[in-house]
Amino acid sequence: MDKLINALVTGLAQGAMIALVALGYSMVYGVLKLINFAHSEVFMMSAYIGLFALTALGGGAHPLLAGVGGTVIAMIAASLMGITIERVGYRPLRGRGRGPLTRITPLVTALGISVLLQNLAQLLFGAKYRPYPELFGAGASVHLGHYAMGTSRVVIFVASVVVMVGLELIVKRTWFGKSMRALSTNEEAARLMGVNTSRVIATTFAIGSSLAALGAVLFCLDQSQAYPTMGVIIGTRAFVAAVLGGIGNITGAMLGGLLIGVLGEMVKLTSYSGGVDILVFVVLILVLLVRPAGLLGTARVEKV
Amino acid sequence: MLKFGRRALVGAVAAVSVALLSGAGCKPKGDEIIVGAYLSLSGPDSTFGTDTREGVDLAQDELNAAGGIKGKKVKVLYEDDKSTTQEATNKVQQLIDRDGAVAILGEVASSRSMAGGLVCNKKKVPMVTPSSTAVDVTKDRDYVFRVCFTDAQQGEVAARFVHDTLKKQKVGVFFVAQDTYSSGLAQTFKAAFQKLGGEIVVDKGYQKGETNFTTYLGDLKAANPEAIFVPVYYNDMVQIARQAKSAGMPGSMFIGGDGWDSANLLEGAGELLEGAYFTNHYAPDVPWQNSQTFVASYKKRYGHDPSSLAAQGYDAAMLLFNAMGRATEVKPEAIKIALAATKDFAGATGTLTIDKDHNANKPIVVVQIKNKKFAYSTQLLAQ
Repeated sequence: MDKLINALVTGLAQGAMIALVALGYSMVYGVLKLINFAHSEVFMMSAYIGLFALTALGGGAHPLLAGVGGTVIAMIAASLMGITIERVGYRPLRGRGRGPLTRITPLVTALGISVLLQNLAQLLFGAKYRPYPELFGAGASVHLGHYAMGTSRVVIFVASVVVMVGLELIVKRTWFGKSMRALSTNEEAARLMGVNTSRVIATTFAIGSSLAALGAVLFCLDQSQAYPTMGVIIGTRAFVAAVLGGIGNITGAMLGGLLIGVLGEMVKLTSYSGGVDILVFVVLILVLLVRPAGLLGTARVEKV
Repeated sequence: MLKFGRRALVGAVAAVSVALLSGAGCKPKGDEIIVGAYLSLSGPDSTFGTDTREGVDLAQDELNAAGGIKGKKVKVLYEDDKSTTQEATNKVQQLIDRDGAVAILGEVASSRSMAGGLVCNKKKVPMVTPSSTAVDVTKDRDYVFRVCFTDAQQGEVAARFVHDTLKKQKVGVFFVAQDTYSSGLAQTFKAAFQKLGGEIVVDKGYQKGETNFTTYLGDLKAANPEAIFVPVYYNDMVQIARQAKSAGMPGSMFIGGDGWDSANLLEGAGELLEGAYFTNHYAPDVPWQNSQTFVASYKKRYGHDPSSLAAQGYDAAMLLFNAMGRATEVKPEAIKIALAATKDFAGATGTLTIDKDHNANKPIVVVQIKNKKFAYSTQLLAQ
């Protein structure tokens, strides 16, 4: 029973982290109908930026300052990176080409940027795994009843939930959120109604990337190392989470993330413990067979 | 002239490139013997390749300073396979066909040694791998040899050490499910440990690339093992050690294989793993005369302790040079026969004899992590 509860807690924390990254995929898809494959590399790059910032701010000696400061610096840097990627890689392609090309060209560019960033990281930082400073002290835990949970895990879960609720409020309650939703429904109409589409898209990239940065720093604080290929495994799971929840749907991405996190941890308790991703993909396929648009997605019929 | 400008230009470029290519592959002068080495000098495994090269370089210079082989100097040509198997195949072909190498050294990763070994076997040129431990590397490959132990030998020795020396009866096993090295070593350990009368209380594989080990560790801990055998690479081990600490498991209960051997392990989790043991090819303070001579000259040249990859690179080159000296002539076939006849060759990583399967019969070192350093503990011969 203890094992099960522990796995559940770990799964929720892991899932919250996956959800943070999944949100970036989902938001960008919502406004641009583009799968931004470079997103997982933004995650990886921000892990490095977070590491350098954390260390510069004193690391384990000043946990609070380093933790908060490092995370904020990583988030700012990541949003700049997101905006740059959009400006350099995707915007020049927008509205060009015809038919299926309008979708495929940016997709290929996204893959290209992903490879570019991964190799750049290897060049800049080396292929070596870099250990993160231990902010919470090794083995620190929070007690709830007689269950002990790792402090890092509790911090991750709380931080992620707070941020996700904040995002939900932004999208539902603010002018920016409204323009974003308008853009996602119909770009042409949104522009005619006076929405500055370029600015909304750039902001979407900035927010998505900074969420990935938050996820990256939390991830590394919990799981200890940064390395150039770290975006691959978490990126895959986050992408699956976004699709599972219904890509383009923000609540769906959160739900998908938590679901995948918990499912993954449960598999680890069975004798098929080496096949977490196999199960994750089986679940994805099953869900898509029943609900092609994902759990919370709505299948829209495109009008011709 | 203008009209044919483009065609003339293409022709000129082609001519120049042909000249350059043949220039790059210029045959050596008659007074040098060419040995080819293919290594991962760039890409994710670049430290493997560069460490090995330092050892090989040292061997080459020592040999040439002592007069070379049969009055000729030996030149080792390096090719970078960029840590990929495709390039390993290409580079070995180049070294043999273009450069006329009489023998090949390489690789570290078993997958790339398999690829390169296939080419060597087909072209009937002997190859010596410094550190590929997978059993299949030399299997049915008449021209492929190794100076390191195999995973089968390593797993058996680790099991015997845990059972007989550490006196543990209930042991867990934790490995990467999708990795040949890790799961292979785990299987041989398990079989050997059970044969000795020990009990495997928990046996878990994890997914390659996994970074969150909390749930796995909770499961391992619940089975109450006295020790856990974790034959994984050092990067994963750093994460496992850190998360084990949070799970309240002492680092000293972990036992590893030669995948642990890296300064990065000490940097990332040296304190946490204080007291843990792992099987290895060598330790900087191993009490063998040859090792100490090697460590001294290596330190003098490079200014730091050699890794075991460097020591094995040195041994692979030295074994090859030794066989070339004993061969009736410096040609691939004769070198291969001499390599197969190697007996009691004293290397930096122990005294070895090449057996009928072209594997090295040699002592395996058990290393303990002490004060953030690798310290020699004991040595065992595989049975």
